[in-house]
Amino acid sequence: MQINGEFQPKIVAFCCNWCSYAGADLAGNNRLAYPENVKIIKVPCSCRVNPMFILRAFQRGADGVILCGCHPGDCHYTSGNYYTRRRMALLFSMLNYLGIEKERTRVEWVSAAEGAKFAQTMNEFTEAVAALGENKRLEDLRCKK
Amino acid sequence: MQRIGVFVCWCGSNIAGTVDVQAVSDALQNEPGVVFSTNYQYMCSQAGQDIIKNAIAEHKLTGIVVCSCSPRMHEATFRKTAAAAGLNPYMVEIANIREQCSWVHKDMPTGTEKAIILGKAAVAKVNLNAPLKPGESPVTKRALVIGGGIAGIQTALDIAEAGFPVDIVEKKPTIGGKMAQLDKTFPTLDCAACILTPKMVDVAQNENIRIFSYSEVEEVGGFVGNFDVKIRKKARFVNEDICTGCGICTEKCPQKKVPNEFNLGMDNRRAIYIPFAQAVPKVATIDADYCTMLKTGKCGVCSKVCTAGAIDYTQKDEIIEEKYGAIVAATGFNPISMDKFDEYAYNQSKDVITSLEFERLTNAAGPSAGKLVRPSDGKHPHTIVFVQCVGSRCAACAEKGKEYCSKICCMYTAKHAMLTRDKYPDTDVYVFYIDVRTPGKAFDEFYRRAVEEYGVHYIKGMVGKVSPEGDKLMVQASDLLANKQLHIEADLVVLAAAIEPDKSARPLATQLTASMDTNDFFTEAHPKLRPVESPTAGVFLSGTCQGPKDIPETVSQASAAAAKVIGLLAKDKLTGNPCVAASDELMCNVCSSCERVCPYGAITYVDKEFRMPDRTTRVRRVASVNEAVCQGCGACTVACPSGAMDLKGFATKQIIAEVDAICR
Amino acid sequence: MNNSTENLQKEIIRSSGVNPKKCMRCGKCSATCPAYDEMEYHPHQFVYMVENGDIQPLLESKSLFQCLTCFACIERCPRGVEPAKLVEAVRLAVIRKQGANHLKADDIPALLDEDMPQQAIVSALRKYSK
Repeated sequence: MQINGEFQPKIVAFCCNWCSYAGADLAGNNRLAYPENVKIIKVPCSCRVNPMFILRAFQRGADGVILCGCHPGDCHYTSGNYYTRRRMALLFSMLNYLGIEKERTRVEWVSAAEGAKFAQTMNEFTEAVAALGENKRLEDLRCKK
Repeated sequence: MQRIGVFVCWCGSNIAGTVDVQAVSDALQNEPGVVFSTNYQYMCSQAGQDIIKNAIAEHKLTGIVVCSCSPRMHEATFRKTAAAAGLNPYMVEIANIREQCSWVHKDMPTGTEKAIILGKAAVAKVNLNAPLKPGESPVTKRALVIGGGIAGIQTALDIAEAGFPVDIVEKKPTIGGKMAQLDKTFPTLDCAACILTPKMVDVAQNENIRIFSYSEVEEVGGFVGNFDVKIRKKARFVNEDICTGCGICTEKCPQKKVPNEFNLGMDNRRAIYIPFAQAVPKVATIDADYCTMLKTGKCGVCSKVCTAGAIDYTQKDEIIEEKYGAIVAATGFNPISMDKFDEYAYNQSKDVITSLEFERLTNAAGPSAGKLVRPSDGKHPHTIVFVQCVGSRCAACAEKGKEYCSKICCMYTAKHAMLTRDKYPDTDVYVFYIDVRTPGKAFDEFYRRAVEEYGVHYIKGMVGKVSPEGDKLMVQASDLLANKQLHIEADLVVLAAAIEPDKSARPLATQLTASMDTNDFFTEAHPKLRPVESPTAGVFLSGTCQGPKDIPETVSQASAAAAKVIGLLAKDKLTGNPCVAASDELMCNVCSSCERVCPYGAITYVDKEFRMPDRTTRVRRVASVNEAVCQGCGACTVACPSGAMDLKGFATKQIIAEVDAICR
Repeated sequence: MNNSTENLQKEIIRSSGVNPKKCMRCGKCSATCPAYDEMEYHPHQFVYMVENGDIQPLLESKSLFQCLTCFACIERCPRGVEPAKLVEAVRLAVIRKQGANHLKADDIPALLDEDMPQQAIVSALRKYSK
C-alpha cells in the first residue's frame, strides 16, 4: 500500500493469548510506540497457527507475517510453542524456496513481561519488511478489488 | 446471517484522543452483518452496558463487537452483559483498540484507520461465531493417592481433614516409604520415626482414609472428576482383618534366609514378615517367593502358631474397582544402582555402602542396633570417607548416572558426618565434595557446624578409586585446593548415590496420560505457576516423583497438592472451557496425528456407526475429543492432515476471516 | 591473551575435540590419575589452563610426556571432558612447532633405506619440513 508516496507494508501478527498478546498489551500500557502497520490476531497458543493462515495472509496481500509465542519452556500448554518452532522452521524454509524473502516471516518469543521487546520487535520487523518492498510473489491478484 | 451490533468505546480520551470513534462506528456500520453501530464514552460503565443490553433486545442482535480495551481487561464484563440480555456470551468479540491501537499510535488518521481494520476483523470473526456452551461433568468426591511415603501420607491427611474420602495405594506391605528407613532428619536432627510414625497412625485411624497396602494401580480410565481405577490388591496370604500383628509367626517361620529389603539386604528376615515394628497396617505378609508352604506345600508353621487364624494360603490377588475425582501421584524415589560404578568397588567390598545403608546402620532399629560397625566384620570403623555426587551431575554417564543434582546429598552427608563425629569422636571423617549446596532454612549453618564444631574434614575434590586391600579400603582422591593427590586408608566408604524416580512411575504416567521428562520425573503443568498439577487435568503431583526434594519441601508440596485436590472435590460440577477442539467425524481418517500431539491425552478413538448413502451402515474408528480434558491449545487442529479437527471459538474459518479482513 | 596464544588455544581445542568449558571442577580426573605425582600440571589443572588460554607453561612443561595416556581420566570424568585428549593435543602442538624438530628435512635422504615404506618417507618430509 502506498500512502503519501511512501510504501506502507501490511503486517499480520499472530500472538498467543497467554504471553505475547499480554506482552503487546503491556507495550500499550507503557505507551511504547510501534508502527500501525502491525495488526494483531489473538490465538490461544502459537501452535494454533496453521501454516495455511500464513499462506492465506500472503495470498491476500500481506507483506510480512510474524508469529509470537511464549518462550520455550514457558508455554501455557507445556509444549505448544515447540510444535510452532518446528512447523515454522519448515514452513519458512519452504516459503523462502518459493521466493518469499526470509525477512518477511519471523517467529519471536515474547513473554507477558516483555512489552519493550514486543515494541522493539515490531519496529525492527516492520522496518525490515518495508525495506523489501511490496510482496508480489504469492499475492493472488484475483483477490484484489 | 448474523445480526451484529458494534459498540465503540471512547474510554474517555484514552481511545477518543487518537481514534476518531465516530468514524469507526460509521465505517463498521457498512460491514456485512452489522445492523447497529454506536459509540459511547465508557462502554464498561453501567450506562454503557445498558446501551448494549437495550440494543440486543431492540435490534435482535445475534452477535456483538465491542471496540474497546484489551479482552484481558473487559471481555468477561461484556460477556456477562450479553448473557444478562439473553445472548450467548461467546457471541461477543472484542477489538482491542486501546492497548494495541490508541495507546501505541500517535496521530488520529493512522489510529482511526487501524481501529477500523481491527473492528472489521472482529466483525468478520463474529459473523462465523457459534453459540458455545461449556460442558459440565459431575465430580466424584473421592481422591486416590498413589504412594504411601511421607508425600502421600501428608496429602491424604490434608484431604481427609477437609472431609473428603481418600484411598492410599502403596505397593509395599506398609506405608511410611523412605522416611521410615531414615535415622535422623536434617537440619534439626529429630528422629525420623518420632515424627513420621504418629502421622502413620493418624492415617490408620482417620475415618476418611482407606489404605490399600501391598497393592498396585492396575488400570486408569476416565478423566478429571470421573476417574475409573482398578487396583490390584496382591495376595499377602494373611487375612488383614483378623491379623493382630502380634508377630509370633515372624519369629517361628523356619525360612530365615530372606534378605531384608527394609535394611537394604544387610540382614535377613523370615518368609512371613512385618517390615518394621511401627508398620501401618501392622499385619504380616507372606513372601511367596520364599515361603516353603506356598512353594512345596509342606510347612504351615505360621498357620499353626497363629492364634487368630489369620493365615490363608489360598488367598488370591483381588481387583478393586473404584471411582475417583482426583488422583495424586506420590511415587517417590530410589537411590540409583551402584553396580556400574566400578571405581568405588561397591560390589567388591561390603564396607563400601550407600548413604541409605548408612542410615540403617546408624538407626537404633537397624541391623546393628544403631552401632556404627563395618558390615564385613562388625568392627568399629576409625576412618570413614564420604563421597558426594556419586552418579549425580553426571552428564557423560547416562548409562549409569544422572545429569541432575540430587539436591539432598549435601545435607544428609553433613548430617552423617556430624552424627558420626558426635557419637564416635575417635573417628576421622572425610567428605569429598565438588560443591557444597545448602540452600534452605538453617541448612548452611548446619553444614558449617559439621566443619567447625565437629571437625569433619571437608575436602574439595573427588575420589577416583577405591581398592580393597586386606581389611582396609585404599581411597585415592584429589585435594584440589592443596593440589595434591591423597591416599587414605579407610575402614568404611559411604557413597552419596544419586536418586531417581521409582520404576513404577513410568508405567503409571502412561496410565494417567501424565507427561514425564527424560529423567522420568513427572512434569508439572507450569514449572513456576502450577508446580503441583500435572498437565493432565485432575492429576496432581506430590513429592519426589516431580523432582528431587528433601522432607520439608516434600511435605509442603504434598499439602499444596492436597489443597488443589480439595479445591477440585469441593465443586459439585466441573464447568469446562467451551473453547475446545472438536473433530468432524465425517472427515477424520484415523491417522492419530492429533492424538500424538495432544499434551493432555484428550483425544481417543471410538468406533462409530455411519449410515452410508445406500442405507447400509458401516463402523469406522474416529477421533473423539474429551471436552473435560481438552484445554484448547489447538495443536491438534494444525496436525490434522484432513482438516477434521477444529477449535471452537478459534475456528480455522474465523481466523482466516480475520486474516482476510486485515489484508483487505 | 595475545593473538598467537589464542590461536594455539583454538587449535588445541579444535584438534582434540575437547570442550574444556564442560568441566565442573570436580577433580575426579586428578583423583583417578595413576601418574599424578609425576606430572607438573595435573589433569584438572591442564583442563583449566587450556580453558583460560594459559598454554605456554603447558608447552614448556617437562612432564608433558609423563602422561601414560591410560585414559582413566576420560573413563571417569562425569562431564565427558576427556583431559587425556587435551594432553595429546598439546603434545602435538609441541611436536609440530617450527624449529623444534630434531631432524631437518635435508637430513632425511641420508636416513633412507630400501625397506622403508613410501608413506613413512612422505610423512617424515611433511613433518620435518615445517
